[in-house]
Amino acid sequence: MTKAVSLFAVFALLLLFWVLLNGSLATDVLLVGAIAALIIAVLFRRQLAVVTEFRGTPQAFLATARYLVYLLKELVKSNLRLAGIVLSPALPLNPGIVKTRTRLNSRMGRLLLANSITLTPGTLSVELDGEWLYIHWVTVESSDIDAATASIVAGFEQHLEVMYG
Amino acid sequence: MESLLAPLGGVLLVAGATFLLLGGLGLVRMPDIFNRIQAGAKATTLGTLLSLAGIACLQPAWAAKLLLIGLFILFTNPLSSHVLARAAHRGGAEKSPLTAVDRLAEDQRGDQA
Repeated sequence: MTKAVSLFAVFALLLLFWVLLNGSLATDVLLVGAIAALIIAVLFRRQLAVVTEFRGTPQAFLATARYLVYLLKELVKSNLRLAGIVLSPALPLNPGIVKTRTRLNSRMGRLLLANSITLTPGTLSVELDGEWLYIHWVTVESSDIDAATASIVAGFEQHLEVMYG
Repeated sequence: MESLLAPLGGVLLVAGATFLLLGGLGLVRMPDIFNRIQAGAKATTLGTLLSLAGIACLQPAWAAKLLLIGLFILFTNPLSSHVLARAAHRGGAEKSPLTAVDRLAEDQRGDQA
């Protein structure tokens, strides 16, 4: 995104947070929020990678919506599976730490990927090292890099790739 | 509308509490720290989100703030779980004897050799 657009995006996001937190649209509340948001946006516009690294294309917004739906679906699935494991008397585990590789290059994309993996069924990001992600898996299906990547990383990657690259 | 929201809020609260309970059970039953973090991270995220949604149904005026809280939890909960797991692995935490494979430890040995 260009400088001006990212400055405005940071400003708008901060103001939105302010309004949500206050739960009011009174003039004085809005004015104080706008001044504070402007100062923070000017000072920190480069640090807020959530906004500055976002692609901002229509496809990126669409991918964001798809990503959120997919994330919530995976979160519910992951909890149901966890419930199944915890409630079964035998405790069917086959844990291990597998290695996967990501195509994402941006910091924000990798952060969101690691976060999402932690919330998906049976997987937990343990270590990030450049393009390599080490993931703890409650029920290891394959310790092969490509197979593990396909089953853990690929689902989120296709959305995050459009959003952040 | 009022009459519909209250029961829905109740159902969501109970569902959230159930997932939190299962998460707690997971903490007790899982064999090592990594599996425990797995149980904790997922159950607390969904459990808290459902509870927040339930509260939003019962107190619609708070919905905006609750949405923000949910967003922050969705961002920070997996992050803290990841940092805990990383610290545990770096600190050499004991792994369950069930552990099938540890590529991270293998790679770290490879680096030193």
